[in-house]
Amino acid sequence: MSQIHVITTINGDETEFLCEAQETLLDVLRDHLDLTGSKEGCGTGDCGACSVIVDGRLVCACLMLAGEAEGRSVETIEGMADGDDLHPLQQKFLEMAALQCGVCTPGILVATKNLLERNPNPTEEEVRYWLAGNLCRCTGYDKIIRAVMDTAADMRGAA
Amino acid sequence: MPMDGGIGASTKRREDVRFLTGAGNYTDDINVNGQAYVAFLRSDVAHGKIKSVDTSDAAGMPGVIRIFTGADFEGIGGLPCGWQVTDRHGEPMQEPAHPVLAQGKVRHVGDPIAAVVAETLEQAKDAAEAIEVDLEELPAVVDMKAALVDGAVKVHDDLTSNLCYDWGFVEENRDAVDQAIKSAAHVTTLELRNQRLVANPMEPRVAIGDFNRATGESTLYTTSQNPHVIRLLMGAFVLGIPEHKLRVVAPDVGGGFGSKIFHYAEEAFCTFAAKAINRPVKWTASRSEAFLSDAQGRDHVTKIELALDADNNFTAIRTETYANMGAYLSTFAPSVPTWLHGTLMAGNYKTPVIYVNVKAVFTNTVPVDAYRGAGRPEATFQLERVIDKAARELGVDPIALRRQNFVTEFPYATPVAVEYDTGDYNGTMDALERMIDRDGFAARRAASEAKGKLRGLGINCYIEACGIAPSQLVGQLGARAGLYESATVRVNATGGIVVMTGSHSHGQGHETTFPQVIAEMIGIDASMVEIEHGDTQNTPMGMGTYGSRSIAVGGSAMVRAAEKIIAKAKKIAAHLMEAAEADVELKDGQFSVAGTDKSVAWGDVCLAAYVPHNYPLEEIEPGLEETAFYDPSNFTYPAGAYSCEVEVDPETGKVEICSFAAADDFGNIINPMIVDGQVHGGIGQGIGQALLENCVYDDQGQLLSASFMDYAMPRADDVPFYEVDHSSRTPCTHNPLGVKGCGEAGAIGSPPSVVNAVIDALQSGGHDVDHIDMPVSPSRVWAAMNNA
Repeated sequence: MSQIHVITTINGDETEFLCEAQETLLDVLRDHLDLTGSKEGCGTGDCGACSVIVDGRLVCACLMLAGEAEGRSVETIEGMADGDDLHPLQQKFLEMAALQCGVCTPGILVATKNLLERNPNPTEEEVRYWLAGNLCRCTGYDKIIRAVMDTAADMRGAA
Repeated sequence: MPMDGGIGASTKRREDVRFLTGAGNYTDDINVNGQAYVAFLRSDVAHGKIKSVDTSDAAGMPGVIRIFTGADFEGIGGLPCGWQVTDRHGEPMQEPAHPVLAQGKVRHVGDPIAAVVAETLEQAKDAAEAIEVDLEELPAVVDMKAALVDGAVKVHDDLTSNLCYDWGFVEENRDAVDQAIKSAAHVTTLELRNQRLVANPMEPRVAIGDFNRATGESTLYTTSQNPHVIRLLMGAFVLGIPEHKLRVVAPDVGGGFGSKIFHYAEEAFCTFAAKAINRPVKWTASRSEAFLSDAQGRDHVTKIELALDADNNFTAIRTETYANMGAYLSTFAPSVPTWLHGTLMAGNYKTPVIYVNVKAVFTNTVPVDAYRGAGRPEATFQLERVIDKAARELGVDPIALRRQNFVTEFPYATPVAVEYDTGDYNGTMDALERMIDRDGFAARRAASEAKGKLRGLGINCYIEACGIAPSQLVGQLGARAGLYESATVRVNATGGIVVMTGSHSHGQGHETTFPQVIAEMIGIDASMVEIEHGDTQNTPMGMGTYGSRSIAVGGSAMVRAAEKIIAKAKKIAAHLMEAAEADVELKDGQFSVAGTDKSVAWGDVCLAAYVPHNYPLEEIEPGLEETAFYDPSNFTYPAGAYSCEVEVDPETGKVEICSFAAADDFGNIINPMIVDGQVHGGIGQGIGQALLENCVYDDQGQLLSASFMDYAMPRADDVPFYEVDHSSRTPCTHNPLGVKGCGEAGAIGSPPSVVNAVIDALQSGGHDVDHIDMPVSPSRVWAAMNNA
């Protein structure tokens, strides 16, 4: 079977790749483009470890075929920091130790970045519901929720 | 005090920058040039006789390199069990063979029958589906009590029955306990199930085998909590590879919670196959495979009796537990219901006599082994639930009943063979009571009732044995391994330090906390210290991370090695300052001579060790590198008091957790911010067990909860914020840091308080419910309330 030729934008850079028809966006990110920050925790869209933003919308990269990325703009964890300058969410997670093993962390950061772009002033309940699609087995979510709330407050203050 | 944080500072975790930017290096992120991919064909029945495995069609499919079956592993060792339990009658447990790929029979859904190695994963999976297995399905043994009935189908035909062992502890106390229960003023009895759980670290297991034909060296990259243990077990007992020809690398590991302690078939397979086909071989578990092949946790059915005298003093405890081993003995499975469970049955209380009986049972289910807490959550749950029930039956305050029976003098030798070195159980209960505003509970309950909800408050205590463990003691108890830990401290010529530790970090933050200790000891910045772990080639033989042992045992080994470094550095400094060694002091990274203005900096002493021009070569060697192995003299005994408030919706049975508070005594603390996170995570898993999680098999042995859609993991909207306090501190008396370990506390301490709170809520609504098995799901609560 012939491969599919895809031109897409990943973290602001135009990117070309060839993929098999059945390969997911997550397969291509991890195995072809060496962007291994997105993780496969389940492969069924239940854990959120592979969360990426596609044209402003939060999606599980394990559920999207790579061929569907044609002409779209994909944001992954690798594009979140600006060089050595961490995104405010990354900085707050670091200050509060809102992560432990780090496997769910890229997905949670991508998901919360998307949340704060939509809703700069979320309630605790809104943060918990938004992140209900991202499983974390290490932290019990306490520091994650606090870090997101604190970052939102900081970003509102800076705006 | 070091500028960037010594002992007691909430230093930011240095490993987090790579995790936060997607730059972690986990096993599945590793690809070895030329690697082939493995797909396992796993049994879809729980019990069956393998009549034939025909791989001829599959072998001709595109991309297939080679197909392996059980026949390829005949004459090769099976997966070993690392702990032998001796039963009540002095006989060793029954120990079945555990082949890498099934031979003759399959014994649980997920048991691997064959493995296809192919150019791509898709090709391997397609070929695995084309293998023809002629399987004669046999009746499955799923229920533990049914498995022990005379004439029951046997999981292992060569064993006498499905009973692995019948363990009595302490056997000599059996009659005294029976007598005390007979003559008690009150006996409270509770029958319960501590349900089976799946650890589910977010990173599924991965194994990559690589063989270098030129050097004859095998390398295994694996998601392990203890790479040296895997090297020893796989090298010595399965594949016959000497340690100097086998390297095991466990890089960044995405959580373990016990499930990544054990040596698994897939690790041995990939190492074996890489040599057989002369290509690197990679296997990555899907989540479904994780559910079907990771060792599972808990699964105890228990009857506990608590005897009290007329003054409500505890006089005896008697328990009878059935513990599910699953189809095979996982690496440390026999130790969990015995030495990690029976020894903790005294809890925080001075009960004079205790007898624990455990029957371990083989069933056609996935093997069961240690999961966060491992035996101690099971002990704590039954004890703290039966105490709560006793308090209700006797009409006494549950906190007062606990306080009345607390152990208050230390050291305290329990009737179950351990000695608590220190503790202050009233202290942690005081700390808890300061957090929870118990006086305000009546008003909160009234407010809930005004909304049509029932409110309950649950309290419990816990104690755990951590810092596993003294090697000579565990050797007497059946361990087939030592349980020391190791560290090499390598000081470089310009003063920077690398600590190579046998402990393994998979979320615990060792790369941050271990340098804090070294920084404190020498008086340099923690940023001058780097931690190496996870690679048997770079680190001394160590036993790894589990049982809340890293800082207590691994940290102590590092302290001992650093003490040797400091002693040698003082000799060098004394020479450089032309002073007597006994007069040399080390403070803030400077060596000085008491009463003089002579001093020499840490970096200058290190340089002298490696450029020994002006150096006492006749007395000491050049260089500054020391190794220590530390074997503790006792376990450590963290303890605490936990509380939970819930609201129950009587219309639906749904339980909502309103607040959760935890007061722990961990002894001395290196990094409070990291300790908070460890407690939070444990509580999250404990709430998961109490309310949500349940690993369920049907009567055919099919796993019904084999995905995240069926197995309810706690999510962000299921849990509250947690209030934690570790101000009550009684330092451990027998390790150099006075630390106790904090990794499992939350998971051990939290389930009983949740269930106690639910029962309290239902009782307040006039429902005569004294127990609901976990998970306390809406349907179970509703059924209990409505006698359904």
